[in-house]
Amino acid sequence: MTDWIEIGTLDDIPKLGARVVKTSNGDIAVFRTADDNVFALDDRCPHKGGPLSQGIVHGGRVTCPLHNWQIELNSGGAVAPDIGATGCYAVQVDKGVILLNPVKRRS
Amino acid sequence: MKEKLVLIGNGMAGVRTLEEVLKLAPEKYDITVFGAEPFGNYNRILLSPLLAKEKKLDDIMLNDLQWYSDNGITLHAGKKIVQIHRGKRFVKADDGTVVQYDRMILATGSNPFILPIPGANLPGVITFRDIHDVNAMLEAAQKYRDAVVIGGGLLGLEAAYGLRNHGMDVTVVHLLDSLMERQLDKPASGLLKRALEEKGLKFALQAQTAEIVGDARVTGVKFKDGREIPADIVVMAVGIRPNIELAKSAGLHCQRGIVINDTTQTFDPRIYAVGECVEHRGNTYGLVAPLFDMAKVCANHLAQLGYARYQGSAISTKLKVTGIDLFSAGDFNGDETTEDIVMQDAGRGVYKKLVIKDNKIKGAVMYGDTMDGSWYFQLLREGTDISAMREQLMFGQAHLGDSGHGGASSVSTMSDKTEICGCNGVCKGDIVKAITTKGLFTLDDVRSHTKASSSCGSCTGLVEQILASTLGGDYSTTPKEKPMCKCTDHTHEAVRKAIKDKHLTSIPQAMQYLEWRTPDGCHSCRPALNYYLISTWPGEAADDPQSRFINERAHANIQKDGTYSVVPRMWGGLTNPKELRAIADVADKFNIPTVKVTGGQRIDLLGVKKEDLPAVWFDLNQAGMVSGHAYGKSLRTVKTCVGSEWCRFGTQDSTGLGVQLERITWGSWMPHKFKMAVSGCPRNCAEATIKDFGVVCVDSGYELHVGGNGGVKIRATDLLCKVTSEAEAIEYGCAFVQLYREEAHYLERTAPWIERIGLGYIKERIVDDVKNRKALHERFMESQKYFQKDPWAERAAEGIEKHEFTPLKQVV
Repeated sequence: MTDWIEIGTLDDIPKLGARVVKTSNGDIAVFRTADDNVFALDDRCPHKGGPLSQGIVHGGRVTCPLHNWQIELNSGGAVAPDIGATGCYAVQVDKGVILLNPVKRRS
Repeated sequence: MKEKLVLIGNGMAGVRTLEEVLKLAPEKYDITVFGAEPFGNYNRILLSPLLAKEKKLDDIMLNDLQWYSDNGITLHAGKKIVQIHRGKRFVKADDGTVVQYDRMILATGSNPFILPIPGANLPGVITFRDIHDVNAMLEAAQKYRDAVVIGGGLLGLEAAYGLRNHGMDVTVVHLLDSLMERQLDKPASGLLKRALEEKGLKFALQAQTAEIVGDARVTGVKFKDGREIPADIVVMAVGIRPNIELAKSAGLHCQRGIVINDTTQTFDPRIYAVGECVEHRGNTYGLVAPLFDMAKVCANHLAQLGYARYQGSAISTKLKVTGIDLFSAGDFNGDETTEDIVMQDAGRGVYKKLVIKDNKIKGAVMYGDTMDGSWYFQLLREGTDISAMREQLMFGQAHLGDSGHGGASSVSTMSDKTEICGCNGVCKGDIVKAITTKGLFTLDDVRSHTKASSSCGSCTGLVEQILASTLGGDYSTTPKEKPMCKCTDHTHEAVRKAIKDKHLTSIPQAMQYLEWRTPDGCHSCRPALNYYLISTWPGEAADDPQSRFINERAHANIQKDGTYSVVPRMWGGLTNPKELRAIADVADKFNIPTVKVTGGQRIDLLGVKKEDLPAVWFDLNQAGMVSGHAYGKSLRTVKTCVGSEWCRFGTQDSTGLGVQLERITWGSWMPHKFKMAVSGCPRNCAEATIKDFGVVCVDSGYELHVGGNGGVKIRATDLLCKVTSEAEAIEYGCAFVQLYREEAHYLERTAPWIERIGLGYIKERIVDDVKNRKALHERFMESQKYFQKDPWAERAAEGIEKHEFTPLKQVV
């Protein structure tokens, strides 16, 4: 029942890039894809905790900068054959403003 | 409506083609498969381990029945096609099933050749081709004692070894005087025979079988010279014949096999053929690697991409007999126009022979130590000029040491617990298990499933060897024309050429022109494209930060905990009290936990928080220091010794030359990291002979060395040439850097680059061709106008890329 939080605008995040939202429960990485979809994941790779916000975004995935695991942005799940998932948050974009629901959907 | 694609032959070649088609055009076809055997698709290569009981049937299935239904494929297993009606475009099976087709793939494989001698059809006479044969052999091994295998080739020996493992008394009969004569020369063949005799096999060489004796069942084998030996089963393994009956009856042009062109089409353009049943440019193939090459081409045309061509395959062979390492490729016998390099050590049971013609490897045979088989095969296929490495060639790729593997060279004798990949802790057993249970064929497959060889790559040779010894020679080696990544079929060269010739200046433009398969590439191709663009069109192509690895975006080195390390440049390793004070102050001010001296003669500040980076840089900038690019695919350091200014042995001012080189080349982006060193005398205290570019000063001038590496795999430099002045040393150095920048693949260090293209080529371009050297030097200087800017100052003082270093929002 937590409220949506305004975290910034679409223009604050480069296309195919990410920014970090700092929370008391750890960092959340907010990604923007080439077609301007926005996703939010825990900023921790399920493999060894690498900061996903620092990875390269391609298609609907991000590649972790530490050991090249690929993570699906929409679910936080690792791309096969790797196994694992990271926490995932609901996001919406309203007239260019990004809103984040800081309650974890799934981890 | 979808077009109808019918595959006849449910074997490895045909199903591999379907897999490729599904990858390229998953929605295009409605697919039906006919297979004579009542199974899914299994790995025929692993029949020998199945016979040897090293594997079970489940282990060798590649595609189970579930796979067909998951992909919407109709499988008719156990039904044999008896008619192809090309006019009305349908096929008919022996049970009357009729299916229409728009396109067809023929993959009918081959049949074992049966000697036309009396008794050949007696019960107890079998071949070695499918699961049915293996079952027959296993059954016989339970009941009987004496086995005769006719044929001393690859398949015959594997069958013999399998039967021997089940306790049978096995004699191998061979027409010629040496075993595996199509794969081995005489000395290697002799070593093989001795090793197999030690394993309990018996041999009858130069023996021509005249008759198989018996009434209700086989009882013996009689030779032309009248001798007779007892036999309870006889395995005929004298060769295979392409299975062309069906194609012939449909009126398709056949010779030894079904004749196909470079697009794998038969004479009826609606009908393609792949695998052992085909004949291409006069050749037929019986190994898997070429079949997979054909599958790729066939799928490319079925998906209507229409640009791939099959141009034949070079093949290599390995014998799958536990404890015997054997490898051969190409023309290993040679003739009067070739030269041999031979190494033989009977005590160790090692024999190696390379056949050389015009400074290129034409063939190779190895016995006992096959570690370098895949390397020689690569040199063979790529036609690499080996003149510069000829002296060391025989000692193998790792002759200068291969760190981390204790000189291990023979995987077949390794235990399953031997660690192969030291980076990711992957053992031999893990790799073998992944290969067999997951049906892997390529190095890439193994990398993604096990992570072995996916980090530093130094165990790649061992992993390839495990692939080869698990699958036999049939594993798919890295193709000669390797695509850049999974997003494209284009090679690095092709991409570079297009960027240059078509004046492409942005990643979207390049992807569009080159028909990239993914909308915005992947973490592997985007950094490569970005590098190719900015190095080809400096100042014109815009650098794309989102296509750079984080280190080059943040201009610092990411560490395991997400903090960064900062290394300011120290020109030629020189520093002074002011710089050292600034470094100390920064470490205090920002609570930097670790300060370390690097191997490149500078100081590393480790554990810096990302948000602090611009402020740290600002303070360092104030003391006159700039980025050391310790994080980049770029010029790293120029290591020097003190040289003639202080050293009693120094012949030239090595420190001064090192500083000049660094001042000129810093800031340049490269295909990979690039290290230099200048030593003041041949004692070489700056270790210049393991750098990408190294200078060793001597009394009469400067020796210029290239292509060294002190990391993953130690490689001493090659001597490029000697010059007499500092100005020349600098000009040659810059020209070398530029040649590397323009021609190496992205992420290829100078050492493997030089091994790939040969030192001769570099000498030609830089030493012999003065005009070209000067042009390279000039292009480098031009490019430096755009790239020699301190990225730290731009970010610390000018606020460029500010978003990179600040959180989007702080939520309480």
